[in-house]
Amino acid sequence: MKTLAIIDYGMGNLHSVSKAVEHVAPDTRVLVTADPAQIRSADRVILPGVGAIRDCMAEIRRLGVDDLVREVSSDRPLLGICVGMQALMSRSEENGWVDCINLFPAEVRFFGQNLEEEGVRLKVPHMGWNEVHQTVDHPVWHGIPDGDRFYFVHSYYAEAEHNADIAGRTHYGVDLAAAVARDNIFAVQFHPEKSHRAGLQLLKNFVQWSGT
Amino acid sequence: MALAKRIIPCLDVDKGRVVKGVNFVDIRDAGDPVEVARKYNEQGADEITFLDITASHESRDTTYETVERMASEVFIPLTVGGGVRTVEDIRKLLNAGADKVSINTAAVFDPDFVRKAAERFGSQCIVVAIDAKRVSKAGEVPRWEIFTHGGRKPTGLDAVEWAKKMTALGAGELLLTSMDRDGTKVGFDLGLTRAISDAVSVPVIASGGVGELQHLADGVTEGGADAVLAASIFHFGQHTIPEAKAFMKAQGIEIRD
Repeated sequence: MKTLAIIDYGMGNLHSVSKAVEHVAPDTRVLVTADPAQIRSADRVILPGVGAIRDCMAEIRRLGVDDLVREVSSDRPLLGICVGMQALMSRSEENGWVDCINLFPAEVRFFGQNLEEEGVRLKVPHMGWNEVHQTVDHPVWHGIPDGDRFYFVHSYYAEAEHNADIAGRTHYGVDLAAAVARDNIFAVQFHPEKSHRAGLQLLKNFVQWSGT
Repeated sequence: MALAKRIIPCLDVDKGRVVKGVNFVDIRDAGDPVEVARKYNEQGADEITFLDITASHESRDTTYETVERMASEVFIPLTVGGGVRTVEDIRKLLNAGADKVSINTAAVFDPDFVRKAAERFGSQCIVVAIDAKRVSKAGEVPRWEIFTHGGRKPTGLDAVEWAKKMTALGAGELLLTSMDRDGTKVGFDLGLTRAISDAVSVPVIASGGVGELQHLADGVTEGGADAVLAASIFHFGQHTIPEAKAFMKAQGIEIRD
């Protein structure tokens, strides 16, 4: 039986992620854990995250999750979700700039309080279902129509401009990286576990993907 | 092209059962919130709001258990509200699988609770429910006040100022209910919806008064709401979620197909 480890570094509830994975992959053993040994022995790993980046990064560093993520992503698939994706970037503007794990060079920026589109003010957080345009062909996108909507909830975003690793793009006042991918890592700003059919398909694809 | 406006069915739940039930032909147990939520999920609802109206504190365990079952089967966002008074209440609901927790009366009695909740769990999961009633007379400049106890008790708080304050304290979304319109089926209080939506930078869910599909569309186009919440028009088979979406789409509103 294949195993999937969801890294539990104490930031928020991981019930939804684990239930969604169990739903699409009943043959996979899902572990919600902070134990490095369990994470190292898993066939694939999910790095989730909610809340403020300063708190997330503090826990990630305290538990050694940063080194662990670098290590496991060298030889097996890793999926970053929401703040879990942001944590993989170089640094975030949130909480007055916080250094992140830096597996991707992009920076995480604030939408700002005066976000607008053609004179219409846009609400922040970016909350709800938005279109994701796939910019690369990737096994994790398999069977998901280009432009399908996923559920987002965030006030900070990884920039799409000059982002060589972008895998999916969404527009909300600015172009943002809805997904990035390189080697064994696929990371998404939206919540696949809350994105109904498209999200469940993405999780199913991830469980079937064996990486590069 | 843009962010979709959300359609949110709301379930009133008492001791683990949907109050008054629902009227779907192909549902086994119309009183089971999980069964009902699953049905709405299949229909393409964008979120589910679960309002716990259980009076006694002992029955809260039933609520956590129901939320947990729902979150195990329904993979769209779930907001849970009703009787949320402490940081511990929020933690339990989030751990049970709620994505967002709605704070209502507790915010009125202790506004700082909203700040504490947002700092601890992040604004993205803190919804503040605002129950407002029009207090201005016909012909006067419209003014709304916050009411508690199901719209019976005035607080003297101006609704627009209150909305701004809640947002400043960290609310990530506002669930705005017109207590004048709730249960009337004559449509949202669009003046109230517009006033609050224009005053804050966070998303606003309009609630209270939906009796037909045009009301949902008006909430977005005239009220400026980011999401619209309704109960009875969906529960009693008057309309389905796909009908509501098709109707709104025909009026040029961005929706999720």
